[in-house]
Formats: sequence, structure tokens, C-alpha cells
Amino acid sequence: MNGMQSGVPWLTIITALPVIGAAIALFSKRHARGVAQITGVLCFALSLIIWLHLPGDGSIGLEELKPWAPSLGIQYHLGVDGLGALMVILSALVSLMSIDAAHRVHHEPGLFFALVLLLEAGLFGSFTALNFFHWFLFWELSLIPAFFLIKLWGGPKRGPAATQFFVYTMAGSVALLLAFLAVFLSTGSMEFGQLAAMAASGALGRQVTAHLGPVMMWLAIGVLAGFAVKVPLAPFHTWLPAAYSEAPSPVTMLLTGAMSKMGVYGLLRIALPLFGQQISQIRTPLLVLAVITVVMGAWAAAAQTDLKRVFAYSSVNHLGYCLLGIFALAVPGGANVGVATSQAAALNGVILQMFNHGLTAAALFWFIAMLQFRSGGLRGIDDFGGLRKPAPVFAGFMGIALFASLGLPGLNGFVGEFLIFRGVFPLSWVAASVSVLGLLITAAVILTVIQKVFNGPVPERWASFPDLHGGERLGMAPVIGLMFLLGVVPQIVLEHVNPTVKYLLAHWRF
Amino acid sequence: MNYADLFRVTLPETVLEIAALLVLVVDLGYLRKAALQTRVMSAAVLGVIGCGVAIAMLPFQALGGLTYPGSTELMLAAGGYATIAQIGILVLTVLTLFLLIGSDFTQHVGEYISVVLMAATGGLLIAAAQDLLVIFVGLELLSLGLYILTAFAKKSEKSAESAMKYYLFGGMSAAFLLFGFSYLYGLSGSTNLHEIMRALYSSNAINSSPLLYVALVMVAAGLGFKVAAVPFHLWAPDTYEGAPAPAAAFIASVSKVASFALLIGIGTAAAHVLGSAHKVGFVVLVSGPAPKYFGFERPWSLIVTLLAVASMVFGNLAALAQTSVRRLLAYSAIAHAGYILLALAYFSHSTMSTYAVLYYILTYGLTTVGAFGAVSVVERISGSDRMDAFLGLCRRNGLLAAVMLVLFLSLAGIPPLVGFWAKFNLFAAVLGVSRGVVPFTIVALAVAMSAVSLYYYLQVLKRVFVMPAVDDTPVKGNPLTMSVLVLIALAVVVLGCLPGLLQTWMTSFYAGM
Amino acid sequence: MLAWTIYISFAGALVLALLPRGNAALARWIALAVAVAGFAIAIAGFAAGAGQGRVTLVDVPWVAFMGIRYTLAADGISRVLVLLTGLAAVAGVLFSWNIELRTNEFFAFFLALIGGVYGVFLSFDLFLLFVFYEIAIVPKYFLISIWGSTRREYAAMKLALYSFVGSSMVLIGLLAAYATSGSHSTGLVYLANADLPVSFQMWAFPLVFIGFGILAGLWPFHTWAPTGHVAAPTAASMLLAGVVMKLGAYGCLRVAIGLFPHGMDPWGWSFAGMGSWRDVFALLALIGIVYGALVALAQTDFKFVIGYSSVSHMGFVLLGLVTLNQIGVTGAVLQMFSHGVIAGLLFAIVGRVVYERTHTRQLAELETMHLGKRLPFAAWSFVIAGMASMGLPAFSGFVAELQVLVGSWIAKPWWTAAAGVGIVVGVAYTWRALQKAFFSDRLPTPDEHPKTGWPKFDPITWPEIAATVLLVGATVIVGVYPRVLLDSIEPAVKSLLAGGMQ
Repeated sequence: MNGMQSGVPWLTIITALPVIGAAIALFSKRHARGVAQITGVLCFALSLIIWLHLPGDGSIGLEELKPWAPSLGIQYHLGVDGLGALMVILSALVSLMSIDAAHRVHHEPGLFFALVLLLEAGLFGSFTALNFFHWFLFWELSLIPAFFLIKLWGGPKRGPAATQFFVYTMAGSVALLLAFLAVFLSTGSMEFGQLAAMAASGALGRQVTAHLGPVMMWLAIGVLAGFAVKVPLAPFHTWLPAAYSEAPSPVTMLLTGAMSKMGVYGLLRIALPLFGQQISQIRTPLLVLAVITVVMGAWAAAAQTDLKRVFAYSSVNHLGYCLLGIFALAVPGGANVGVATSQAAALNGVILQMFNHGLTAAALFWFIAMLQFRSGGLRGIDDFGGLRKPAPVFAGFMGIALFASLGLPGLNGFVGEFLIFRGVFPLSWVAASVSVLGLLITAAVILTVIQKVFNGPVPERWASFPDLHGGERLGMAPVIGLMFLLGVVPQIVLEHVNPTVKYLLAHWRF
Repeated sequence: MNYADLFRVTLPETVLEIAALLVLVVDLGYLRKAALQTRVMSAAVLGVIGCGVAIAMLPFQALGGLTYPGSTELMLAAGGYATIAQIGILVLTVLTLFLLIGSDFTQHVGEYISVVLMAATGGLLIAAAQDLLVIFVGLELLSLGLYILTAFAKKSEKSAESAMKYYLFGGMSAAFLLFGFSYLYGLSGSTNLHEIMRALYSSNAINSSPLLYVALVMVAAGLGFKVAAVPFHLWAPDTYEGAPAPAAAFIASVSKVASFALLIGIGTAAAHVLGSAHKVGFVVLVSGPAPKYFGFERPWSLIVTLLAVASMVFGNLAALAQTSVRRLLAYSAIAHAGYILLALAYFSHSTMSTYAVLYYILTYGLTTVGAFGAVSVVERISGSDRMDAFLGLCRRNGLLAAVMLVLFLSLAGIPPLVGFWAKFNLFAAVLGVSRGVVPFTIVALAVAMSAVSLYYYLQVLKRVFVMPAVDDTPVKGNPLTMSVLVLIALAVVVLGCLPGLLQTWMTSFYAGM
Repeated sequence: MLAWTIYISFAGALVLALLPRGNAALARWIALAVAVAGFAIAIAGFAAGAGQGRVTLVDVPWVAFMGIRYTLAADGISRVLVLLTGLAAVAGVLFSWNIELRTNEFFAFFLALIGGVYGVFLSFDLFLLFVFYEIAIVPKYFLISIWGSTRREYAAMKLALYSFVGSSMVLIGLLAAYATSGSHSTGLVYLANADLPVSFQMWAFPLVFIGFGILAGLWPFHTWAPTGHVAAPTAASMLLAGVVMKLGAYGCLRVAIGLFPHGMDPWGWSFAGMGSWRDVFALLALIGIVYGALVALAQTDFKFVIGYSSVSHMGFVLLGLVTLNQIGVTGAVLQMFSHGVIAGLLFAIVGRVVYERTHTRQLAELETMHLGKRLPFAAWSFVIAGMASMGLPAFSGFVAELQVLVGSWIAKPWWTAAAGVGIVVGVAYTWRALQKAFFSDRLPTPDEHPKTGWPKFDPITWPEIAATVLLVGATVIVGVYPRVLLDSIEPAVKSLLAGGMQ
């Protein structure tokens, strides 16, 4: 890992900035949203700066390292590679969109935006951490604002939804913590990099077995469980539809846009590097679960009538592709050239899909929030119709987002999904084939939504449905533009993602 | 011996007797017509002066005790523990005399004070006595005075009843004591303590004679009565409750000091005789010939230990149930007697045990006088010594409440008050003598019982500080009484923080011995 | 310099006791001044002593003929605990700002208690330590019996008697150690190096450990704690759970483990899997952790939840102590500090902020009051305190509990598993209390409730805010930068474990 130890501590700054912003917003009451917007913009700018400072070879850059509690192997160790930096940008972007969507918070706006900013800080923290403790701290801490955001501003069934969300995720975290404690006790280290190197050489397995016995598989399962709840992987997904639909839309944007990526990121940063061999041993059952996630997510989406639930399940489906790609590339044994290429493609696809889905899903929920808002609280599929006539710009923008979600070539959603399938087919054609079903069902669902919401005759009450006004257009246009851009010129992202992928794959052993 | 020696050694006693007669003369002769308070004040002042002069006479004793004619054995000891105890007796007498001021339970002030002084004389005698007959004489002088004092509140039924009980019980135990002494004389051929010890120690025949056991039990009964040890304690609760407050204070403090000083004397005599090589200890009854160095001590230690354990346990447990503060103090006195008897059972030949016991009884006596003084103040206003009479005292007289806090916590053994230190010293002395399983267990029991005692002392303090007052009348105490009480409380605190003070003072009496 | 914490506390107590009645405001300010002064001295002493090992403050003969000296000294552990005491004192005074009944007496007893606690942490003579330990008992009794609430007289007496019994056991051990070592001296250093015979240590250790353990809430001698905490007035609960229980743990460490280390050697035979006193006490500590947590989960009174959680957290401390390795014992000491602050905060919120306004502690009733909306200060402070109590990272409890877990793993792996269960249940009961008291979903919501019928609560006063900020700040600072305390604790623990206190 070459890194820049000297110089400006960008990563600390970008994590600390939302915390400060939260403190200010807490006492700003009516101006809280403004404070949050400024903070969001600053963070976004910082995230781009970080992207530009990445080293070119895909290794970790912008490192910051300070001892913290040496007796426990805990260090303050931050750093990002292409994956991490991309997630940081995503988090900043989604947070900004979320704040933008929240323009009618009547009740305790100061607290609301403070919590949102704290959540953003938690996201930044976990995407830049290179020491388990630090990572786990932010992983846990991000739960609290999310819980309260759902609990205090959510829909009618928010209580149980919030509790379920919290309990599931906590349970997963406990499993994670225990597994990592075991690793620490055997190796004395909590550093991701160091542990990954040990795993690659086989030393990790040996040390754990020497200290604790043949528990590596259990540790792997523990770690997987923690992330399985977060992503989510079926059947640990049951908290998601309730949480997504009861949460206020800005919060849902954050949940689906960024928080779910924490799980995938965790798989890539922790599970695969450290427990690659164990995962490859249980690859088949994991693939089965991934495929189930994909298909079930799409199928369930088709059955919903509440738009938020439709896209909640659709998120499950889209993230299922990431899981598919991740598990598929854990091919046991040494990799020959063909396998390596497929693995690279799959991994590239996974990372792109993380970003693209985050963007698209956030945008979609933004639009749903608009619908809800302008219609006085309605969000059922059948509540609307023919909105293309009174609100063409709205229909246009949302339509683009919908198509991106569907995976239309030329939009960003396509690239990720294409690469994933490109990589997974050679590695496990069965899984890939069955997952195609997911694609098809999703297509059907989205087309149905377009049909029902935008096309068809216009009912009386929607004849004067207000279109997007100037400010909103200005706000969403860049997002839509980005969808096009990434669909047509994905190289701007792949420029840093690909070297990272190659670097990671070179260091992973299955 | 010649009478000059006798006179010199018994100067303090003589002074007290003169003072007693003087008080009688002044009161009955000159102050017939005066008001009660004046008479009380003058009689008390005379009594105090008498005690003060007696203390001043004590240094004369440093020239040596009173020996038998033609022998070097002492009839009356001087210096060392005897003088310390005598000073203690005199100081405590002074304090109880001060408590008399302001009280109105009797018109016969002169008689009261002279009886007090005469009883104090008896106490001085037994503190120094080394001969059985002298012991008996002194003991009777003390006891008879105490019976009379108990009955002094003529208007109170309780006073008369408890005095009667005290007298009957006391008379019986005096008879036991004399009987036991007669056996000891018969066995050893002498009435001198040292001679008796020597005789008993050197002869195996005497050692295992059943007569000896009978004698020891009798003596223990007699002396146990004096210190209120279980099962000879039955007089104590009634007497403490019935006697007028100054008298009860006197009984609780002075007679205890004297009696324990006597026990120290017996223990010292035994230790002396056994020589420097051996520590006195307690051996579980072994079969076979008695070990050479445990002659007289074996059965004696056993008896005293039994008395100690019984007193500790019974005294504390019985106190838990009391609703009258005076009876509570009586049972706690029984318990404290138990602790002290422990140190007398494990008596070291060096001065360690002596110091520990003396320290304890002196400070305990001081604290008890204070406690009775406080109770008397409350009694005077509210007419009873029930716990409920103390309700809300912290509002009604803050100073008195503070004094009670100090005194009762000291009795419970809470640092940094002197009561804690006295207990610690005592237990350390016991363990310093013998470190076997049995002493440890008994000390553990003592500590546990001490913990129990905190409960009932806190009950009183709870009434004083915590529970709301039923009756809000302020409790006014006589200024002299209050100042005496405050002085006692201060002494308790200071001696507790600087325990070395009293210790150093006591060691000075042994310098040169 | 640290010795002055003791002296000014007692002086302050005396001054307050002599104050004329009726001037509550003066009493408060005097008490605050004394507490802040003590805290300032504690911080100064902590900073000055950092990296210094054991510093002797005072060493003069006291009762010369028995070898008892008035020895005050401070090593890293003492300094940390003195800091905790100062913090708790200031917070306690602030949270008692609204006491009107016999105010000067309240603060007099309070400061006397604080003085005794400072004394225990700074004593390096066993006798002196015992004296201060006992001094602390009487103020506790009066604080609870006069100003307490539920069943206060019973609770106060129970607490006083249990403490006294515990200290009696310690007294016996003290006497025995003194006698066995030749009756020369009661200095801690002397006794630690006195080579007491192993057979003696074998029974002295459990005696003294239990004696101190009673005050530390060792199961099954903990029953005074929940009753006592609930009955006590807020400041007293804060001190009791926050500092006084740590006296017991400190005694276990400094006296029982420090003087009788061989008492924990294996017996040579084992009974039900336990082969030494160490195993016995570890088991008791673990039972305390899990039992305390499970019982807390079932409580209907808010304060009882916190009371039992204290028993559970102290179990962690005791477990850490008996691991006898560097990391476990360090974690135990850190947990002493951490829990002291957190427990103080929790009791303050439940007692002062909530109870004194709502006049109920029953969770079922609080559920209907929507305190999340009506008392946001209490709600959010409790969220933070609850997170700290659960052991979430970024708060002091996390590092402490992690160290104890690692330490217990090194000692005996199954201990860690059992302790882990305690943590999980801990999350559960904190969660439950939080939900029920502040964020319940019961209808009607405040918005739906007719505006007229909703009574207003007293506003949050500045002392409450100040004290909350102080305590939250302490736990966050230590949570984010534990080195601030660990740098002092670790060397002290190392030298203590290395045997003897040279």
C-alpha cells in the first residue's frame, strides 16, 4: 500500500465535517435544512477531491495512521482505494439528494437534519476505515440515527419497523463482533490489510486453528451473517420492506442508496479477503441464496401496490446481483486466465452496480417522495395515471430513472448488470441463467409502473398535477445527466475502479 | 509494714473519705435552709474538689505499694495499672458528680454525694488490691454504696424495685465470692494473689483438684456479677433503668472500671508467676497430665472465655429488641463486658493486654457517662427514656443530637471515634497473644457481634435525626451538663483521631517499673 | 496535593453542618465550591502524576506503638479513581440543586461521604484505608434514610448493615494479617512484601474479597444494592452506584489481590469445575453479570432497571479483576471509571430529570406520557447514556468491556462466552427501558392529545444541563481517546500484578 501519510487528512475532515454540521443544525431549527445543504455540498466536493487524489495502481491511498489503544491492537487507520472512494462519493451524493428531498420537515427539523448528517458521518467513517474497531464503531453508530429517523418521523407502523430494523442489524453486528474478536485473539491484529495478507498466505487459518480449533468456517459464517442482514441476503431481508416503506422518503433514500452498500462493501473489504477460502467452500449454497434474493426480490416487487414497497423489493433484487457477482467469483482453487478475466468483470460489475443502484434508487425514491407530496400522501400504483400530460418533465426524468433501474443500455444501470452477468456466466452458468428471470420480471414491473403512473387516460384530479419547477429541475438534472454519462462513458469510473479490482483480485486467495 | 506506709499508700482513699464526711457536715449542718440547687451545687463542688485532691495524692504511691509485714508481697499495689485505673475512677466520679447538677430526684443531696465518694473509695481499693480480703472489703464497700445509690429516687417505684433486685443478687454473689475465696485459701494457704498463684502453679495435686474448679466457678460468679457478664447479668437492665441518671452513670462507668482493674490484677498476678518464658493461652481440654506451664490458667481461661462469648452474643442480641434506651445501654454494657473479658481470657504477660483492657474501659466509661448524661437531659424534659422520646432531637437541640451521634457511633465502633480504636486494640491484643484457630474464631465472632450492635445504635440515632418529631418542644439542658457532654464528645473524637495520646499517657505509668 | 481533596471535603462538611438552617442557597454554593475545588485538585494531581508511578503524598507515624502510619500515596489507579470521585461529586451537587429539605445537612453528609471515598483511594496504610472505608458508611445511612424515597428506612439500614458486615470481615482479615506478619506495621507495601504463609492467604483472601465484594455488589451479596439505589435520593444513588461500589472493587484489587495473591492459587483439587478461589469468584461475577441483566429486563420500575444494571456492570469489574492478567485488570479499572460516570448519568436522568417531574417511576405509566416529545432533554440524554451503558463504541464502556472480555478469554475462554451473554441482555434491557420510557408507540400521541389537558413539566434547570454535559463529556472523551486514562492505569496494573508494590 503506498499512501500519502503527510499532507491534508482529507478522510478525517470529511468524516468530521458532517458531525460539526450536525451540531450546528441541531440548534438551527428553521435553518437546519440550509445548514445541512451546505454541509452536504462541502462533503460532496471533498469526496471528489479524494477521488482525484487516488493512486493510480489501485492500492490504498490517503492513509492516516495513529495508535489509539495499542494493547488491544486498535489503531486509528484510515485509507481509501477506488472502491472506498467511490462509495464515499456515493454517500455524499445520496446524502445531498436526501437533504434536498426533505423540504417539509415540520416536526423538529433541527434534530432531523442533525441525525441525517450523523448518518452521513457514519457512512464516511465506515467506508474509509482500515482497522476493524474503527470500522465497527461507525457501522454501529450509523444504526442509531437511522433508527431514530424511522422511529420519530416515519409512517403509521414506524415503531415495529424501526425496532425490527434495529434488532436484526444488531444481531448481525454481534455475530460480526464475535467473529472478529476470535480473529483478534488468535492473531493480535485488527488491521484489515494485515489480516488480508495473512489470509492470502494461509497464516490466518493456521493461527486461528492453533488458538481456537477448527472454527474458521464458523467465523466465516458469523461474518457473512452480519453482512447478510445488512445487504440484505434472503432470507434475512424481512426487515427491509417495512423499514423502507415506513421511513420517510428522504430516509429511505439514504437507506437504500448508501446504507445497504455498507453491507456489500463489508463483504468486499472483510469477508472475501479474510475468509475467501471458507466462502469458496460454501459457494454453492451462497449462490443459491443470491439467486433466490434476485428472483424473489423481483417477484415480490411485482406483487406490491405501494410504490415504496415495489422499489424496496426491487432494491433487494438489484443488490442480489451484487451478491451473485461476489459469490460467483469465489472460485475455489487457483485461477486460470479465463477465470481471472471473469472474476475481474464480475467484480467491476459489482462495484459499478453498487454505485449505480445507489444513484438510481435514491433518485427513484426522490421522485416517489414528490408524488407523495404533491398528491397529498398517496403512493399506490393505482392511485395515479396519465401523469405524462400534466407533468411531462417529471414523467421524463422519472422515466429515465426507471429505465436506468431496468437496465436499459445507454443508462448507468446497464453497465453494472452487464458486467456482472458477463463475469458470472462463465463462472456459474446455472446461477446466471436463473437470475436472468430476475431481469425479466424487473422489466415487467417497471414497465407496469410506467404504464400505470404515466400513461393512460388522465383522471380528473390529476389534470392539474404540478410539474417540476425550476429549482427542482436544476437539482435533478445533474443526477439524470450522471445516469446518462455513466451509461455511455463508464470509463470515468472504471479508471480507478479497474486497477482496484485487479489489485484486490491479485491479493485474494480462494 | 508500718502504719505510715499504709497511710501513704491509701492517701487518695483517705482524702475521699474526708471529703465525704465534709460534704455531709456542710450539707446537714450549714445548708439546711438553702435551696435545692445551691445545696446540690455546693455538695458537688466539694465532691469534685475531694476527687481532685485525691488525684493529686496519687504520686505518693509511686514510692511503692503496701507490703505485708515481714514479706515483700504486696497487699496493695501502686503504680502501673492500678494508678491508671484509680485516676480513671476519680475522673469518672467527677463527671458523674457534674451530671448531678440540675437534677431533682432527691432532697438528700449530701447523703448522695457522700455515698458516691465512699463507693468510689471502694473502687480505688479494689483497683489496687492484691489480697483476697482486701478485695472483698473493697468490693463490698463499692457494692453497698451502689445499692443505696440505686434506691435514691424515693419517688420512683422502679428505683426501689431495681435496688432491691440489685441488692439481693449482689448479696448472693458476694456470698459466692467469699465461698470461692475460702476454698482458694484452703488450697493454697495464703490470701495473697501471688502466693495463691504460685502455690497452685507448682503443685499438680492442687491443679487437678475438683475443689479448685469449684472455687474458680464461685469466684467467676462473684466477679462476673460485678461486670455484668452473662449469666450473672440479670440485675443490669433493671438497675440501669431504675436508678436515677447520675447513679446509673456511676454504676455503668466507675464500678466497671474498678472491677475490670481487679480482673487485670488477677491476670497480672498469674502472668507474673508464670514467668517470662510463657504466654498465657487457652488449650482445649487435653487428657493426660496437665502441661507444665498451664497450671491455674487452664480452667480459668476457659471459664472467662465462656463468660465472654455468652455476654457478647446475648448482650447484643437482647439489645436488638429494646425500646427503652436505658435498657438498650444496659444490654450493650453486657456486650462490651464480653469483649473485654475476651482480652482477659487471653492475657499476655507483657503489658499489651493490660493496656488494651485499660484503654477500653477508660474510654468506654467516658462514653457511657456521656450517654447517660444525654439520656438524662431528654428524660428531664419528656419524662421517659423510651426511644420515642428522642424523636426529632436534631431539631429540638442540635448540640445534644451531635453529642449523641458521636457517643453512640463510638459505642458502635465506627472510626474515627475512640470506640473503634479501643475495639481494634483489644482484638489485636488477643490475636497478639495467641494465633490459633479458636482465638481467631472468637475474635471473628466479636467483630460480627459488633456489626450487629450497629443496628440498635442506629435505631436510636434514627429517632434523633431521621424521623420527624412528634412533639416539638425544645430540649433545654443545664448549661453545665451540656458543657460536660460536649467535652466528653470532643474527647471521644480527639482520642479517636489520635489514639496514641492515651496510650502514651498510660505507658508513662510503667516507666521505671 | 491530592491529599487536600480529603481535607477540604471534610472541612466543607463541617462548615455546612454548622451553617444556620434556612439558607439553602448558601449551602448549595458552598457545596459546589468545595466539590469543584476537589475536582480541580484531582485533575491537577492526575496531570502532575501522569507517568510517575506511585507518588507518596504524606507519611507520618500515627499510632507508633502499633506500627500504624498515616500514609497517603497515589499510583495510576488511585489517580484515575480520585478523578472519578471528583467528577461524581460535582455532578452530584449539581443534580441536587433543588433539594429544599434540610439542605445544609444534606450537603454536609454528602461531602463527608466524598471525603471518606477520597481517603480510601489515597490510603496506603491498611488501617487508614479501613478507617476511611468505615467513615463512609454513616453518611450513606443518613442520606438515604432522611432524603430517600421508596422504603427508605429499611433500605438505609440494610445498606448500613451489609456494609458494616463487609467491613467487619475486612477488619478480621486486617487483624489477622497484622498479627501474622509480626504486628509490626499495617502499611500496604509492608504487608504485601511480608511473605504471609500460603495457608494463611488461602483463607484470608476469600474473607477479605467477600468483605469488599459485598460493597462491590458481588453476587449473592448484592441484594442491598437495588433496594438501596432505588430508595436513595438522586445524588446518593449516583454516588452509591458510581463511586461507593467502586470502593469495594478497589478494596478487592488493592487489598485482597494485592496482599493475598497466593490465595488464588489452585487448591490441588476441584469441585464442580472450580479449582481455586479465583474460579469461585469468577463464577460469582459471571452469575452477577447475567443475573443482574436478566432481572433488569423484567423490572417495572425504571430505577430498578438501572439498579440491577449496576450489579451487572460491577460483575464485569469483578470478572476483570480475577482474570489476573494485564489486559483484564486494566479493563476492570477502566470499567470502574466508565461505569461510575455512566451510572451517575443514568440515575441522574431517571431520578432527577424524570421522576421529580413525572412523580412516577413505573414504566407502564411513563409509557403513556410521551416523554420523548415532552422532555427531549431527558430522552436524548438517556439515549446517549444508554448507548454508553450498552457498550457501544465511541463511549468509555466499549473499550473497558472489550478489554475485560479479552482478558477473560486469555484466562478461561468460557468466561468470555458467559460475559458476552450479559452484554447482549444488557442491550436488551436498556433498549426496553428506553422504548418504554421515552419512545413508546402508545396512543394517544402528543399531537392527538387535546392541547388543554396536557400538563407542562418544569423547565430543565442549568445545573442539570451542566452536570449532564460534564458526565457525557467524560464518557465520550474517554471513549474516543481512552489513552488519557489507560496511560495511567496500565503501568500501575503492571507493577501490581508483578507482585508486591515495590
